[in-house]
Amino acid sequence: MTDLSYLKADFPILDNGVHFLDSGASSQKPIPVLEAMDRFARTSYANVHRGAYKLSVASTEAYEAARRRVADFIGATDEREVIFTRGTTTSLNTVAFGWGLENLAEGDRILATEMEHHANLVPWQMVAKRTGATLDHVPITDDGRLDMAVLESKLGPDVKIVAVTGMSNVLGTIPDVPRIAELAHRHGARVVVDAAQLVPHTSVDVHQLGADFVAFSSHKMLGPTGIGVLWGRMDALEETEPFEGGGEMISDVTLHDATWADIPHRFEAGTPPIIEAVGLHAAIDYLDSIGMDKIFEHDQELTAIALERLVDVPGIAIQGPTDMKDRGGVVSMTMEGVHAHDLATILDEQNVAVRAGHHCAKPLMRSLGVTATARASFYVYNEEADIDALVSGLRRAGEIFGVN
Amino acid sequence: MGLEELYREVILDHYRNPRNQGHLEHPQASAQGVNPLCGDEITIEVSFDGDKVSEVAVDGQGCSISQSSASMMTEAIKGKSRNEINKLVGRFRQMMSLDEGDDLGLDPERPGAVLGDIEALQGVRQYPVRIKCASLGWNTLLEALDA
Repeated sequence: MTDLSYLKADFPILDNGVHFLDSGASSQKPIPVLEAMDRFARTSYANVHRGAYKLSVASTEAYEAARRRVADFIGATDEREVIFTRGTTTSLNTVAFGWGLENLAEGDRILATEMEHHANLVPWQMVAKRTGATLDHVPITDDGRLDMAVLESKLGPDVKIVAVTGMSNVLGTIPDVPRIAELAHRHGARVVVDAAQLVPHTSVDVHQLGADFVAFSSHKMLGPTGIGVLWGRMDALEETEPFEGGGEMISDVTLHDATWADIPHRFEAGTPPIIEAVGLHAAIDYLDSIGMDKIFEHDQELTAIALERLVDVPGIAIQGPTDMKDRGGVVSMTMEGVHAHDLATILDEQNVAVRAGHHCAKPLMRSLGVTATARASFYVYNEEADIDALVSGLRRAGEIFGVN
Repeated sequence: MGLEELYREVILDHYRNPRNQGHLEHPQASAQGVNPLCGDEITIEVSFDGDKVSEVAVDGQGCSISQSSASMMTEAIKGKSRNEINKLVGRFRQMMSLDEGDDLGLDPERPGAVLGDIEALQGVRQYPVRIKCASLGWNTLLEALDA
């Protein structure tokens, strides 16, 4: 068992004994991240890219250092391909509205998977309506994996972009993005990956992934809220128009027109999340000091234990892959005769924090034939004791509701 | 105050065996309610005999609190006039601490006492995120009656 228990002391929020199993929604923040932001705000903070004074220079340097750190972390060879956004949702909307409105027209098809989070689905619905393009879907198989055969059959010259999750926030499924990108590129389609669940939990190299756009959030990877990343391949970013206009993103402005600043700044209108960038930088340092491979291994071990033990709980059904092949540390479950909200309330009484509901993936829930699931998701600070508490809480729920 | 207070037997009974479930052939009023945050859904259909509710049917899916609350509500409103139903809803909302005031003359210690079985839901007050579950059916009923 990969032992990361030495990290727990870095997360004061866990001191009261909460079994925090909702990192898939948002992760907790370790002291080094909090301290880095605090130190920066106390000593080096000013707005970026516009002041001639020393503080602004220091602040700009810290902000751009964060960009280089992100680029290095995800294997981006060109730091200009890293755009700071408010989070995954804004990153994906930048692709949908910035790239989609420019490059989609009637007769074109957008291909999205059935397991997309609303953030990688709803923007495409909006853009489809505006451009006249159609939105088509790739279903999942009975064991909760992406149906690659259907995906392959649905690709064609009219498909202009494929929207796929890097790891399902409901099922934990990790689709074969490199293969999907290879297939899509054969038809000249772009590929956008919602990597919100992937980047925090495994070592990601954007070039190995092979996609054109990769989106993720800081707050799910031990960093602060309010900042996320859109990585785009340079030629894909060159096809993309800024989605927001304002300060910082222009080269010249007259009363009637404006020209854009260079990439990436043309995509960063307004004052960016500067302190948050410093926090994200510290979070990446923290993750790297543990080692992404070790984190993946740790999540995998906990997930395997959870899957094994949950099977023995009366009435429990796992939604999604039940073996460890190509899946991450997200486990969705239902209990026969007990609604997910009731499970969450009863688990909360035992100090176990899980997410209950549709997880912003209503089409997927319909396809699974369930209305809600309870979801446990694991991260660096979790340990086997959290699974013990989860299992004992679920048994208690079964007792209250008379599930045998 | 623990889980036993929340999940009383009468609540579990209504959850497992919901009363007046399904649809009416010719409803005179109906409404759909959704809780977009958690996905609970409910449809309420009502028929009247004069001013009084003669038939009511509820359909939907959701947690034990939303479904049992709606089930108990259907039993409570049968044979009641719109005016009486409005009072009942007022008492329910007060029990859930959704409305202030004691103009209904309720016992502050037991504001649900006049509600019969429905009083069992007062344990929900201790779980603020679940109050909207308990209220879903009642809010939907009001919409149906207002329509």
